[in-house]
Amino acid sequence: MRFYSLLLHLYPSSFRAEYGGEMRAIFEERWSLATGALERLGLLLSAAADALPNALRVHAEFLGQDARYTLRVLARSPGFAAIAIAVTALGIGAATATFSILDHVLLRPLPFRDPGRLVKIWNTPLRGPGRIECSPASWRDWRERSKSFERMGAYHPLAANLVGRGDPARVSGWAVEPEFFTTLGVRPALGRLLLASDDAAGAPGAAVLSDSLWRSRFGADPAVVGAKILLDDEPFTVVGVMPREFDFPNRETEIWTATRLRKENFEDRTDAWLQGVARVKRGVTLEHARAEIQAIHAQLSREHPREDGKVGVTVNRLRDEIPRQSRTMVLALFGASLALLLIACANLANLLLARALARRKELAVRTAMGADRRRLVRQLVTESLILSGAGGALGVALAAAAVPLAASLVPLALPASGLPRVDLPILLFALALTGVTGVAFGVVPALRACSDAESRGLREGGRGGASRGTERLRAVLVIAEVTASVSLLIGSGLLLRALWRLQAVDTGFRSEGVLTMRTNLPLPRYAKTQARVQLYRRILSDVRSLQGVTDAAYATGLPMDMRGGIWGVAPAGAPEDYDSRPASMRFVTPGFFDAMGIPLRAGRDFAETDSADRPLVVVVSESLASRLWPGESALGRRIMAARKEREIVGVVTDVRVRGHEQSSEPQVYVGYQQVEDEAIIGYVPKDLVVRTTAARPAALLPGIRAAIAKADPTLPVSGVRLLSEIVDADTTPRQVQLRLLGGFAALAFLLAGLGIHGLLAFVVSQRGREIGVRMALGAQAGSILRMVLRRGGVLAAAGALLGAAIAYAGGRAIESLLAGVSPADGPTFLAAAGLAFVMTLLGSLVPALRAARLDPAQVIRTE
Amino acid sequence: MISLAEIFHCGYIHDGYNPGMTDKQALLSEAAFHILVALAEGDRHGYAILQEVAERTRGRMRLGPGTLYRSIQRMLEQGLIEEPRERPAAELDDERRRYYRITALGRAAARAEAGRLAALVRMARLSGLAPKQT
Repeated sequence: MRFYSLLLHLYPSSFRAEYGGEMRAIFEERWSLATGALERLGLLLSAAADALPNALRVHAEFLGQDARYTLRVLARSPGFAAIAIAVTALGIGAATATFSILDHVLLRPLPFRDPGRLVKIWNTPLRGPGRIECSPASWRDWRERSKSFERMGAYHPLAANLVGRGDPARVSGWAVEPEFFTTLGVRPALGRLLLASDDAAGAPGAAVLSDSLWRSRFGADPAVVGAKILLDDEPFTVVGVMPREFDFPNRETEIWTATRLRKENFEDRTDAWLQGVARVKRGVTLEHARAEIQAIHAQLSREHPREDGKVGVTVNRLRDEIPRQSRTMVLALFGASLALLLIACANLANLLLARALARRKELAVRTAMGADRRRLVRQLVTESLILSGAGGALGVALAAAAVPLAASLVPLALPASGLPRVDLPILLFALALTGVTGVAFGVVPALRACSDAESRGLREGGRGGASRGTERLRAVLVIAEVTASVSLLIGSGLLLRALWRLQAVDTGFRSEGVLTMRTNLPLPRYAKTQARVQLYRRILSDVRSLQGVTDAAYATGLPMDMRGGIWGVAPAGAPEDYDSRPASMRFVTPGFFDAMGIPLRAGRDFAETDSADRPLVVVVSESLASRLWPGESALGRRIMAARKEREIVGVVTDVRVRGHEQSSEPQVYVGYQQVEDEAIIGYVPKDLVVRTTAARPAALLPGIRAAIAKADPTLPVSGVRLLSEIVDADTTPRQVQLRLLGGFAALAFLLAGLGIHGLLAFVVSQRGREIGVRMALGAQAGSILRMVLRRGGVLAAAGALLGAAIAYAGGRAIESLLAGVSPADGPTFLAAAGLAFVMTLLGSLVPALRAARLDPAQVIRTE
Repeated sequence: MISLAEIFHCGYIHDGYNPGMTDKQALLSEAAFHILVALAEGDRHGYAILQEVAERTRGRMRLGPGTLYRSIQRMLEQGLIEEPRERPAAELDDERRRYYRITALGRAAARAEAGRLAALVRMARLSGLAPKQT
């Protein structure tokens, strides 16, 4: 019999309550008539076969009835339906959009085979956090001596002029060891990957194209394999094309070639420019692998104390390579969107409660006519599910439209491919959210409405005297809304203050009116220093003669764009174990400081007369000078920089090379002529900086392009940007985050205001009689007004206090994003409190005035 | 109360032959038709309906309780049957049971369905697909 009772649970509860007893009785009769085990087994089977399809159909019939009923009811109050759907859509849309970013950045497995075993191996500074590339020699030794890794592949960035089909173009990519691909476990879409034979020193060039390069430059030609191309004048053969979803190590990768390391690359162990990815053997833990590499490194440090001894080493899971700030930012946004969703849900519940109350009479009539309570609850929940379903669908559409706008929140170096999209897992998330919203925030109002209807519905008809329980519930919902909106307001306020603080940071240079671009200089044509000097002189003199140009110069990388390039700098003659200072080293042409607007503090700028045969000179930044010679002049002192002893001839202000937020190393500038042929070739100046008085700096571009083409028509120009754009891009993720969060906060603010308004309007309409009696007994309009306002004020104050506490806790959690702004920042909290006050006043005023204007005689008469 | 036309989605109900009607789908589900037939002679409770149906069809139609009560629930809503207020004569009454009674609408629906089926059989006879009436 228990079996049949279980089967009955398949039916809707109201159906079970109505017919369950009879059905069980029939089954019992048949059971008692059945003889023998076989017949009874047959009876059980047929009972199950009878129950399953019928239960499903009863559910479907009920759902159909409820849905039709709901649609009729909603069509009668389109305003309510529209508001409920819009509110839900905002909440679910925000949560879905931020979840798709969170999922992409933090959760989704990387698109490689068995991605949990992929790690990166880095050198580290001996002091403080950070990661440093390793030298080819260290990489080779790690590989030869370690046993924890199945495969290891090193790679380094590469940028080259591609000549193949169409105009010459600048491509960026990576030179990789062939094991790079096998470590990741990827396959090419066309052709083959790089082989060991491609990577031998002196092997003919082999290149693998990215899907995007293959499409944009080669017209997605399937016969591209075998095509000959030139990269920086060197012949390469295209051997393969990667699939679209593969864009490791970063999204901007267009081409992969082999490293083809030469013997001399292994000589200088301080010349570190390789990154390495490795696959840990099955069954080996990350900790074990890290310990093994560290032990090997300790050995190497003993063997090479002056090189390997100056750095540490670490092994990180590939998934954890995301910058901590990105992680915090994404989590903070998701938390904010959940707060917004909570507010939206509270609003939805409030709307449903208010509406259920307005429909009390209808529900009471249906109850009196014998409708089962469970059936009514089911119908009301169907109604909230239909509303939340429509809201969810609209929300997903909103999210799909909004996600691409937030793409800059995804760190460039994220090893996952592409950008977040609203795809199946995200849709499932939205569906779950919609279901939970509809059920969780529909059930309570439905239960309340039905119990109200049962206990007092018909007796009181549509007259006042709402259930105090309902009113309390709504007050709690309003407090929750105010809490969430105040904490969002404070959170975005804190981030806004942080952004302001960062934007006010002195970058050390003046970015207005400066146009920048890159001209790659293909080797070996420009390997000789003198060839470059000729080129720079011709280009710069033509550019300087353009109308509106005040200065022009070439340099190795631009601040906030090229952040690395760190070398040790030591006073000349310092003992060998002297702990040299890290400094960012740049080669520049004369006029660089004027073009960048970097003030000269002492001494002089470089001059064209600082040629290779003249005394070697450098210009250093103030902080380097004061660290090496505190309180003394640095002019005339000699330091070791760029592998030579040089004299300091000038001191300039420090520049925020690493951007607004990170502290930067001091800077050392070396004259562009004073470097030997083919030496330090990675630091060849390629960035052209043009300062102009023109209102539209971009208008100079044709003239500049012509000047470059005149000097060398094969040089492609790439990366044309205003210096101010580079500076702006440094804070772009913050700005995007703030815009999103600010949007959430504004919506939350609006919804909470509506919540207060709705509750008070409800209270006033429900208590019209009470208010009328009070007025009849002599209460003044003013005191009624105060009574209603006070009620709104109490709710808002409770919510604001809670919200402030939550915001403080939240501020502590995102302290790394606050750029030194205190999580208890007074002005922010005061501003949020002020806004909450305004919101309360605006929300309460209309219902309060309506209450104060009630005509007591009329109210009491109609009652 | 829902009208018969609404239940059957057809505008015209006819006792006799109506060529248009044979094109329509069955007016009632087989279970509902059997239930109406079983109730035609008097009020019955659920189990009695099952027995009656089994008897009339010589055991070929064996309704399960799920199908029975799902049909009953729908037919109550459609007004084809009702629960009588008065109970049957004391000696026949089984107090634990709920009884059902066919309504006028139910009779009309059953008659219309019977007419439709009869029309189908007549057509089949004319073309020799069914045995001639004896």
